Amino acid sequence: MFNFGQWTSAFNNWLLGLGMADWLAVLIECVIIAVLVLLTYTVLALFYILYERKLCAWFQCRLGPMRVGKWGLLQVFADMFKILIKELISLRGTDRFLFKLAPYIIITSSVVMLACLPWGNGLQIIDWNIGIFFILAVSSVGVLGILLAGWSSNNKYTLIGAMRSGAQMVSYELSLGLALMTIVVLCGSMDISTIVAEQESAWFLFRGHIPAIIAFIIYVIAATAETNRGPFDLPEAEHELTAGYHTEYSGIHFGFFYLAEYLNLFIVSGIASLMFLGGWMPLHVPGWDGFNMVMNYIPGPVWFLAKAFFISFVIIWFKWTFPRVRIDQMLAFEWKYLMPFALANLIFMAVFVALGWHF
Amino acid sequence: MSDLKQDILKIYPSATFEEGETLTVNVPEADWFKFASDLKDKLQFDLLTAVVGMDWNESLGVVYYLTSTPRNWEIMTVKVVAAGDRDNAYIHSVSSLWKVANFQEREVYDMLGIKFVGHPDMRRFFLRNDWVGHPLRKDYDASPELNPIRLEEEKNEDDTRSWSLDKDGNLVCTPGKIFAEDDYVVNIGPQHPSTHGVMRFRAAVDGETVKKVEIVSGYIHRGIEKLTEGLTYPQILHFTDRMDYMSAHQNRHCLCMCIEKALGIEVPERAVVIRTMMDELMRISSHLLAFGCTAMDMGATTAFFYGFREREMVLDIFDKTCGARMSMNYNVIGGVIADLHPDFVKDVKELIRILPGALKEYHKVFSGNIIAMNRLKGVGILPKSDAINYAITGPSGRGSNWSCDCRKKHPYAAYDRVEFDEVLETGCDSYSRYMVRMKEIEQSVRILEQLVDKIPEGDIRAQVPKIIKLPKGNWYAQVEASRGTFGVYIESVGEKTPYRVHFQSPCFNLVGVMDLCCRGHMIADLISIGAALDFVIPDIDR
Repeated sequence: MFNFGQWTSAFNNWLLGLGMADWLAVLIECVIIAVLVLLTYTVLALFYILYERKLCAWFQCRLGPMRVGKWGLLQVFADMFKILIKELISLRGTDRFLFKLAPYIIITSSVVMLACLPWGNGLQIIDWNIGIFFILAVSSVGVLGILLAGWSSNNKYTLIGAMRSGAQMVSYELSLGLALMTIVVLCGSMDISTIVAEQESAWFLFRGHIPAIIAFIIYVIAATAETNRGPFDLPEAEHELTAGYHTEYSGIHFGFFYLAEYLNLFIVSGIASLMFLGGWMPLHVPGWDGFNMVMNYIPGPVWFLAKAFFISFVIIWFKWTFPRVRIDQMLAFEWKYLMPFALANLIFMAVFVALGWHF
Repeated sequence: MSDLKQDILKIYPSATFEEGETLTVNVPEADWFKFASDLKDKLQFDLLTAVVGMDWNESLGVVYYLTSTPRNWEIMTVKVVAAGDRDNAYIHSVSSLWKVANFQEREVYDMLGIKFVGHPDMRRFFLRNDWVGHPLRKDYDASPELNPIRLEEEKNEDDTRSWSLDKDGNLVCTPGKIFAEDDYVVNIGPQHPSTHGVMRFRAAVDGETVKKVEIVSGYIHRGIEKLTEGLTYPQILHFTDRMDYMSAHQNRHCLCMCIEKALGIEVPERAVVIRTMMDELMRISSHLLAFGCTAMDMGATTAFFYGFREREMVLDIFDKTCGARMSMNYNVIGGVIADLHPDFVKDVKELIRILPGALKEYHKVFSGNIIAMNRLKGVGILPKSDAINYAITGPSGRGSNWSCDCRKKHPYAAYDRVEFDEVLETGCDSYSRYMVRMKEIEQSVRILEQLVDKIPEGDIRAQVPKIIKLPKGNWYAQVEASRGTFGVYIESVGEKTPYRVHFQSPCFNLVGVMDLCCRGHMIADLISIGAALDFVIPDIDR
């Protein structure tokens, strides 16, 4: 399989070959990577906005945006420019500093998570032995931004939205973490590149069969709740709290919340594809060498994106099908059903691995 | 009627009767409360159908329409003349007997300035707190100097007033508070995504739990009842389409019926059938909208579009025959304004063919969904006794297992010759109300099926005089609108303009139970209870 690491190390060697100092080469590489990450972030966000609008339209017997560009493809760019030129309204009675800080906290946590995802063989920025643990840790920073946004807006709707969000994200993080830990037990490593490499023979969803499938379902539910999407969109429940924690934001500050929401959808889908569906690893069936060869011709990033988009599709499908749950029902579901189930599943998987029942 | 007369003489020997459409009793203010409680307890008049504030020039007063559900829905009228002079007119409140009177009496106070003694919360209901005068009084001064367009916002009024009589018969005011000092009050509306119009709730919450809901109404009050006093009868017809715009045909049907009853006009058979069919089409359209909005208020946006998809077919039928999708202005005095479009029968048959499948799809997408069921079941409990006491008619009342269908109780138009079932649910919760609506669509389809091939030929309109003058007297007509029993009261002195018109709208009563239903539930439930009660704001703010 093609290793993108060849390109990066060739570029590094070329920089050093120009007679640059080590630190300067690393600095230049970091800047390039930062630009690339932000660019990817924006492009993905634009894609996701269109993706969701089109999907939602098809679920609802509509066409979605059709006027700007062919099939409305340029609509998102128009929307982007619109939101960029909108006024940032500052309100009386808000905590100015926290009010302005909150969107940046959210967007930062989501950019850092994006940076941890491997896109292909050797195509990743940070690769260390606690990769998945780091992603989980960073993802919890986002809730801080939501709480700050709700608190600093000095509005009763935003405060209720923020409180709901705090309760929701802290609760569902448990199930999310436990579902991921189930796979870590199967794999024996928290290192993202090891996790992907382990799935060369078959994806973990198939290798771990029963407990892995249970973990996958738990993960998708918890991930939907983590990203504040329907049916768990209580923090921004439109029909109760107008827009929840970001009611008072305008312009690009609102845009940050909006982008982060879409990107978080991509990130949780990306993690799901990484942990359960092999990440950038092509579909391999043990014993079918010819089939595996053909699959290898499809580049890694295509596999990764296709899997992520598929899981996003499922999560978007949830949102446009189910009604919203109520706060007490949501918490009862997590603490009484999902979390104990995830915990039992973790033990189940440990037994599986210990007895070697997996493939 | 004579039975009732005897019974009334038994409980109140000095009753004086008046000839009229229904048995009318004149009661002096001093005896009113005692008489009212006897009517309720001894003669089983358990439903207060309408409260009409009146200004008879020489005196102010109230006309009460009472219905006894155990006595085969017999209606009687009580006229009470207010005591005291015009500035301090008062009548004893009956809000302790019939809870529905709570808001009704506030409306009368707002419009006529009659103070209700013993009412817990005697504030204005529609108009601003700083409004000068009471518009429905005949001597009301409408000059803009008194009530200019105010540029400053209306202050929240947190003080209640309750009037009582002291030993010498003078009015004494007892102040009170709506909310406690440390209540966390969340304002919902008037501009809010799920109040279905410009309705405003102020909810005291404890965390997510609602402790009390205060209703602030009147943001789109247009003073229709006042406007009618200056217009001729054909001119006032169009107001009804603009009250509950989802029951436009039924409302207008009711007003036409009331005027026809007063004039003694026989409506041609063809018009009667057309009116019935239009009413049922309107009901289907309204219930489809209710389905969509209930789903959308709970976050299921897709179900909303499904409901609208089929509703579009109904609107197309209206569009072809009436020339409009909303505010159809179709019924006129004596019949309907235009004949059916040639496609009407074909379109209705197509709708009848599509709807059963569509309903199955709705149940699959929304009604059978576990989240929807958990959100609606056991929420917003309204027992049958409360439904009667608060006069919650229509699908919401039938969701509390109260048989209150005006089409069955007082048959009108062609309803006595079609077969349909009155849908009742026993759950008394939001889910029952929702399911009643879904099942009523099936019954409406059944009525349409029976009529669509049997539309008689003939005139669509009876001959009516060029200038319509109602004889002296008062009339009350009721129909089953999409959201409950809609009533029209007309009092005429023989002019070509009415002396007083009162519209008794079902949504006005529906919003009255919000506080009762929402207490102890969550904020999210407040929205879903409102959606399942399905009130339409222009119907409240007439």
